[in-house]
Amino acid sequence: MILNNLKPTKDKINTFLPLGSIFVIFAFLDVLTNTFLNYNITGFLPQTLNYFFPLLLGYIGLYLIRIEFSGNRFLDKLNKNINSSNFNAFLTLLILFIIIKAISPLMNWLILEANFVGSSKDDCTGNGACWVFIKVWFNRLMYGLYPDVEQWRVNSAFLLLFALVGIAFFVPQKIKKYFIIFLLFVYPFIGIKLLSGGSFGLVYVETAAWGGLSLTFIISAFAILFCFPIGVFLALGRRSSLPAIRYISIGFIELWRGVPLITVLFMAAVMFPMFLPDGTFIDKLIRVLIAITLFEAAYMAEVVRGGLQALPKGQYEAAKSLGMGYWRMNVLIILPQALKLVIPGIANTLLALVKDTPLIFVVGLMELAGMIGLAKTNPKWLGMAMEGYVFAGLVFWIICYAMSRYSQNLEKKLSTER
Amino acid sequence: MGKIIELKKVNKWFDKFQVLKDIDLEVASQEKIVICGPSGSGKSTLIRCINRLEEHQKGNIIVDGTELAENTKNIEKIRAEVGMVFQQFNLFPHLSILDNCTLAPIWVKKLPKKEAEEVAMKNLTRVQIDDQANKFPGQLSGGQQQRAAIARALCMEPKIMLFDEPTSALDPEMIKEVLDVMVDLAKGGMTMIVVTHEMGFAKEVADYMIFMDEGKIVERAKTKEFFENPKSDRTKLFLSQIL
Repeated sequence: MILNNLKPTKDKINTFLPLGSIFVIFAFLDVLTNTFLNYNITGFLPQTLNYFFPLLLGYIGLYLIRIEFSGNRFLDKLNKNINSSNFNAFLTLLILFIIIKAISPLMNWLILEANFVGSSKDDCTGNGACWVFIKVWFNRLMYGLYPDVEQWRVNSAFLLLFALVGIAFFVPQKIKKYFIIFLLFVYPFIGIKLLSGGSFGLVYVETAAWGGLSLTFIISAFAILFCFPIGVFLALGRRSSLPAIRYISIGFIELWRGVPLITVLFMAAVMFPMFLPDGTFIDKLIRVLIAITLFEAAYMAEVVRGGLQALPKGQYEAAKSLGMGYWRMNVLIILPQALKLVIPGIANTLLALVKDTPLIFVVGLMELAGMIGLAKTNPKWLGMAMEGYVFAGLVFWIICYAMSRYSQNLEKKLSTER
Repeated sequence: MGKIIELKKVNKWFDKFQVLKDIDLEVASQEKIVICGPSGSGKSTLIRCINRLEEHQKGNIIVDGTELAENTKNIEKIRAEVGMVFQQFNLFPHLSILDNCTLAPIWVKKLPKKEAEEVAMKNLTRVQIDDQANKFPGQLSGGQQQRAAIARALCMEPKIMLFDEPTSALDPEMIKEVLDVMVDLAKGGMTMIVVTHEMGFAKEVADYMIFMDEGKIVERAKTKEFFENPKSDRTKLFLSQIL
C-alpha cells in the first residue's frame, strides 16, 4: 500500500514533480557549491555519506519525477532521454557530477590560475599553467631554428600558398585548372627555393634548421600531395589484369604497410645514404619526405582499393560498352565514383599522416611537437612538458578538425543521390 | 544486305561449366533478332560475347568485318560501334543525364562538346526525356533511367544495338514506355539483337526468333513461324509456359 503510494503516476504529478525537482536541484546545488565555492552544505553528515549524498539525493529525485505520459513535453523528453530507468538515472547523475568536478580544476589550471605575463620561468608564480613558456618559445615553435631575420621567407611562402588556394576557389572553372596545375607543379619549386635560398640573393638556409609548425605544414602538404596519386596508381595496379604490375603493387603495398614508420624514417635518414655512390648527396629532409610519402601511399592505396571494389561491375561494363579504354574508363567513370565513396577513409589516412609527422624527431628534424621536446629540456625551462604538449595537442586538433570539416563538406558537395 | 555479325561454332566455358555450345549465328544489317529461352540458357552470355564483355574460348565471332579474338587490337573501336543496353541500366550516377550521354562521344569519338550536346539532346528527345537532361540518374524513375541508357548508347551512333533483358528490372507500368522506344528504334532501321521475355514486342518487331536452352540454339525461325508452328518440343513447352 505504501509502496503503491510512492509510485510516481500522472494523477499525483502535483506532489511528485515539485518534490522530485527540489531533490534534484538540491543535489546539484550541493555539488556546485562544493566544487566552485568550496563550501559544503551537507557538512553535518558523516563523511562517507556526505560524499555520496548528492548522488543519492539526485537519484531519489529523478525517481520521483519519472512520470510516464505526464503531458509536460519537457519532462517527457527528459525522462525519455536521460531518465528512462533507475540505471540510466544513476549514470546521468554520475556523468554530470564527474564533469562538474573535473571542469573546476581544469579551468583553474588552463586559465584562472595560469600565468600569461612575464619572460622567464620565475614569472610563473601561480598554481596553473605557465603559458609564458609558449609565449617565449612561440617563434621557435613556429619556425624551428630558422634564422629570425629570414623568417619572412617562410611567411611569404605560406602566404603565397594560401593566396593561390584562396583565389583558385573563386576563379571561374576555365581558369581554375591552370591554377591547380600551377599549384601542383610550379608552386612546390618556388616554395622550396624561397625556403632554402642559395640564389636570387637569398641566404642559404639548410633544411636542418627548418622546424616548428611550418615544418609540420611543409611535410604534411608534400606528403599529401604525392601520396594521393601514388596511392591511386597502386590501387589500380593491385587490380590490374597484368600479373607483373599486380604483383609489384601488392609487394610494394605489403612491404610498406608491414614496417613501422619510425623504422622507415630511420632507414631513410641513416641507412639509405650508405647505399648511395660516393659523392652523391640527397638532403635528409627530402629522404624523409619520400619515405613518409611512400609509406602513406601504401595505406592510401588500400583505402582507394576499397572504393574500387565497392563499385558494381555494371559500371565497368557500361564504360567498356561505350568504347572506353582502360584509362578513360578509370579516369572518367570509376575513380570519380570510387574516390567519392572513400572520402572518409582518405580523410582518415591524411589525418593520420599529419599526426605522424612528429615521428621525424628520430632523424633529428624538429617540427612542432619536436620543438616542444627540445624546449622542455632547456635548463631554464624544465618542467614545462605539460604546457608544451597541451599546446601542441590543441594546434594539431585545430588542423585535423579543419581537415575533417573540409572532407565532410566535400562529401556533401559531391553527393548526387537524393 | 550484308552480314554484319557472324558467329561460327562459338564455345564458351565458365571454368568447367560450358555455357555456349557450338553457336552459329548470322545477322544481316538492319535485321532484328529476339533471343528467348529459360534462365541460365546462355542468352545473355551470347550477346555479351558480341561486344566482348565476355571472351569466348573456341570458334569465331566476326563483327562488322573484324574478328574478335585475344589479340584483337582496337577492341574499343568495335565496342563503340555496338551499343549495349543493360538490365540494370548502369547509368553513371555521378553524372547528369546529359553528361552521361555526351561523355563517350566527347572522349571516345572526339566530338566537340557543343556538337555532342546537340546529338545528346536529339537522342534524349527521341526517347522523350529531354526535360530530364540536367537531373542525375538517381532522381529518375526506372523507366526513365532505361530510356536514358538507350539514348546514351544511341549517342555513339552505333551500327548494332544489343539489349540484355532491358525490361526485366522495371515495374510493370514502366515496361511499355521502354518497349515503345525500342519499337521506334526498330522501325528506324537499326540492327538489333534483343534478349527479352516480352513476346508481344518480339511479335511486333522481330525478323527472326532464336530459342536457346542449355547453351545451344534450339530453334531459329521466322517470327511468325516460330510462334505459330514451332518445331522442337522444348520450344513448344517454353512457349506454352510463357504465353
